[in-house]
Amino acid sequence: MTTLQRSVFTLFLGLALMAGQAFAAEPEVLLVIKNHRFEPAEIKVPAGQRVRLIVHNQDATPEEFESHDLNREKVVPAGAKVTIYIGPLKPGRHAFRGEYHEATAHGSVLAE
Amino acid sequence: MFGIAIIVFRETLEAALFVGIIAAATRGLVGRSRHLAAGVLAGVTGALALAWGAEGISTLADGVGQDLLNAAMLSLALTMLVWHCVWVSNQGQKAAIDARMLGASFGRGQQRPWALVVVVALAVLREGAEAVLFVAGYARGSDPAATVAGALAGAAGGIAIGLLIYLGLSRVPMKRMFALTNALILLLAASLASQLARSLSQAGLINAGGQSLWDTSNWLRVDSALGTLAHALAGYESQPTGLQLTFYLLALLGIIGGSRWVKSAQSRARLHDRNDLG
Repeated sequence: MTTLQRSVFTLFLGLALMAGQAFAAEPEVLLVIKNHRFEPAEIKVPAGQRVRLIVHNQDATPEEFESHDLNREKVVPAGAKVTIYIGPLKPGRHAFRGEYHEATAHGSVLAE
Repeated sequence: MFGIAIIVFRETLEAALFVGIIAAATRGLVGRSRHLAAGVLAGVTGALALAWGAEGISTLADGVGQDLLNAAMLSLALTMLVWHCVWVSNQGQKAAIDARMLGASFGRGQQRPWALVVVVALAVLREGAEAVLFVAGYARGSDPAATVAGALAGAAGGIAIGLLIYLGLSRVPMKRMFALTNALILLLAASLASQLARSLSQAGLINAGGQSLWDTSNWLRVDSALGTLAHALAGYESQPTGLQLTFYLLALLGIIGGSRWVKSAQSRARLHDRNDLG
């Protein structure tokens, strides 16, 4: 193992441990990607609080969850279930989309 | 096909800018092309491996594995850039001055741009993995030939802009070019810091500063042509969070401050040496 690999590995392990401790009891919302669409297309979350968004891509193709409003950008591989922490959000509508299928993959988070 | 080209273009652009700017910054170093080629090759190989393992990685650590890996890669790249800006580039100047004073040649060790090669490899790795994943997924659902053609067109576009930046910088006289490449590398470092901030809050590791500070998307959209370039070159965001801005400014101030400190320490040391000799 080179010094480089070792430092990457150590850093990764450290972050993973920190992540384990960071999982508190946030509200959790499930978002499914199916046929290049988000289901549900609108999700409601409490404003002013961090929310744990679980994105499950049920398509055979990858998708990129992207939102300038939410300041988020994350690839969701085919079949994968990933976690994206969002917020705390200001009340209002925050749009997101699937960058790889912009024609159909649209949705929004309604914070209230 | 056009949609594929645009997405691959976006992913390629950032990596191509890193390669172009770093190629200019290492102009005149012996074996530079070989080192850069090795960096790009390592990045491409890593990108293929990462795309292959993407599903497994993304489900690690309760679904934030990909963000943790990104954060690790961004931290490493950022460390290398800070080290280069603060230490190596000043060391180069010191070596040049020492060489003039002592009539000796440059130390060979100082000419090896390892830090920058690692940065190039990581940029290609991060952006390349997403591009490979996207293209491979897309090819499965549609005409493979059209997919490959679109991907190649997008990649060619990104690489062309990297090449343009390199050629543009190469026309600038040496002395001024290094000032320019240093400034560009400084912006790239700040941009990495801002991306790191996002990875950390996306993974839920940092809860502070999560709200966006302002919205300039009416003025310049990140997904417009100019916005894409500004994002890749200087980390432009239309709705940056407080954490991103903090990381961005810390990177700028850290590099500028650190660089000044090293420079003044070196000139003090030289003065000291001269007094000893006299």
